[in-house]
Amino acid sequence: MTNKIKSRKGKKEKAEVSLEEKIYVASQYQLMWRKFKKHKLAIVGGIILFVFYLGAILCEFVSPYDIFERYTDYLYAPPQRIHFFNEEGFHLRPFVYKIKLEMDPTTWQRIYKIDRTEKFPLYFFTHGSKYKLWNLFKGDLHLFGTKEGTVFLLGTDALGRDMFSRIIYASRISLSIGLIGVFLSFALGLSIGGASGYYGGYLDNIIQRVIEFLRSMPTLPLWMALAAALPPHWSPIKVYFGITIILAIIGWTDLARVVRGKLLTLREEDFAMAAKIAGANDWRIITKHLLPSFLSYIIVRMTLTVPGMILAETSLSFLGIGLRPPVVSWGTLLSNAQNIHSVALCPWLLLPGVFVIVAILAFNFVGDGLRDAADPYK
Amino acid sequence: MLYYFLRRLIYMVITLWMVSIVAFVIIQLPPGDYLTSYIMELEEEGTEVSEAQIASLRKQYGLGQPMYSQYFHWIYNIVRYGNFGRSFEWNKPVSELIWERIMLTTIMALLATVFVFVVAIPIGIYSAVHQYSITDYFFTIVGYTGLATPNFLLALVLMFIAYKYFGVSVGGLFSPEYTQVSWSMGKVLDMFSHLWIPIIVLGTAGTAGLIRIMRGVLLDELGKQYVITARAKGVKESTLLFKYPVRVAINPIVSTIGWRLTMIISGAPIVATVLSLPTTGPLMLKALLSQDMYLAGSFFLLLCILTITGTFISDLLLALVDPRIKMES
Repeated sequence: MTNKIKSRKGKKEKAEVSLEEKIYVASQYQLMWRKFKKHKLAIVGGIILFVFYLGAILCEFVSPYDIFERYTDYLYAPPQRIHFFNEEGFHLRPFVYKIKLEMDPTTWQRIYKIDRTEKFPLYFFTHGSKYKLWNLFKGDLHLFGTKEGTVFLLGTDALGRDMFSRIIYASRISLSIGLIGVFLSFALGLSIGGASGYYGGYLDNIIQRVIEFLRSMPTLPLWMALAAALPPHWSPIKVYFGITIILAIIGWTDLARVVRGKLLTLREEDFAMAAKIAGANDWRIITKHLLPSFLSYIIVRMTLTVPGMILAETSLSFLGIGLRPPVVSWGTLLSNAQNIHSVALCPWLLLPGVFVIVAILAFNFVGDGLRDAADPYK
Repeated sequence: MLYYFLRRLIYMVITLWMVSIVAFVIIQLPPGDYLTSYIMELEEEGTEVSEAQIASLRKQYGLGQPMYSQYFHWIYNIVRYGNFGRSFEWNKPVSELIWERIMLTTIMALLATVFVFVVAIPIGIYSAVHQYSITDYFFTIVGYTGLATPNFLLALVLMFIAYKYFGVSVGGLFSPEYTQVSWSMGKVLDMFSHLWIPIIVLGTAGTAGLIRIMRGVLLDELGKQYVITARAKGVKESTLLFKYPVRVAINPIVSTIGWRLTMIISGAPIVATVLSLPTTGPLMLKALLSQDMYLAGSFFLLLCILTITGTFISDLLLALVDPRIKMES
């Protein structure tokens, strides 16, 4: 409260504010932002997440190829390297060399040889396969590509499909399932935890026992059992929401506990009492007075819950009981890497895992930064 | 203390009972009842099933009766006779299939828990004492990455490295010559020589988390005045560290041992599937995929019992270590 008054004063006396004074007149959010900026890893994480989500939203545009397009001449092709130099020296426009399939005469394994005589320059904004962005806008423009030949940045899979495009498409599913799952758990946790903490008594006791019970079950086996019970004839979109709901079943308990704990202490505060005496109803007291006072804390918790959700979806899909092909998620892509012999020959099949790790690290860093920032006076 | 113990015990029994209901619901989830598939299977094999046999089987499983009575039949058979029903995929009683796997899972989880503590506590202490040193940063980075890596991916990468650079296949828990034979000293030794990879994989995430906790708590403790006083009095640095701050910091960590166990059991199925270990995970997954529900449900029930017992033990340990919890109740 005092902070708000000070910031209002600050606006009036805008004239000359010394550096030290700036801290006193800054608003809550300015202080948080300032604190957040100091956390370098959080900034890096934030930028990574921004790029990832942007790529996921615009995946049709970012990926150079259609994800179902099969390049049968290039089964299990290794990643093609982008070059700036060749024998002639430096080129401003990067290019890739052509790759040629050869058979090892003794082992009959596929070997891709780089053909240095032919190079394909890379261009931004090339026209390629047709798509419908968000099922709304038709287009054939891609962020990058070659005019002739192919560019498989991260190699191809067993059917000769471009891994990079598939990973980008998969990020749309994997990253969104985390967010939707968290919002579901958020809604559940907030309402149930709120009721538990605000009303207390019997209701509180029952809800707490239910939470304890849900948390005492081993999560992965429970998820496995529930996910396996989803009818096999369901459409991908139904399975997607089914999985999200299954993840949220456990996810909400954590948040509900936090909300309950905070509400239990806050409802005894003077300002809550004052609101009650002034005639405000419960709904208004909870949403207008109590929730805002720990909203930042909840946002931090949400950021730290997303990685768990992403990980859970990846694990289930990897096991073959979550999302199933032809849906592409990081988990379904990784399930191609279950056979160690194919991984040994084509290690790039593990690359979706790198994206999983980077996304989770980024979320954790941002969460850490937000946690520090949520309490800027510390 | 007795009151606290009794209350926890009652909670545990209630939770176990509720878990058994959940397991029963899981068994009932797929369409069609178990007996129809069983009879179909018998007929496929060419065995004639008489009406009388069907009736007696129906009676044995309590089919055709209301749900709650079917549930009591099921749970009564388990508690009284250890009869978990039949796995129609394997055509064997479930109880013949599960016990060895449950035992292996328990051994693996216990060893992984020991691994977590043995590795994490010394590193945590070291990191706290050498705060902001290069090694501290190194362990911080390793810790973050360990937390962020899904453990099945870690398993895949370890397998990949072992296969590619050392030419060995590290899946499984036994060498081929031991898989089919019964237990002997040689088999046990062989198991331990295979066990280290799953233990490292299962333990990594927990280790990473525990290093952070140990470091944080110990740093708080080291900043306290009694440490400064002791140092001012000239107590030797090692005595100063191990006599009080480490003991204080270690208490809550040791008492949450049961929760760690629970976490490890939760994460085990997927690692076991990747490494094709003969533990509960792969068989449960297979049972779920082929809707062999008595088998899947029994695994689920037993895993729940393991984790609930783990939680119960940590609750008791916590109360023993921290008198405040006893007082509260």
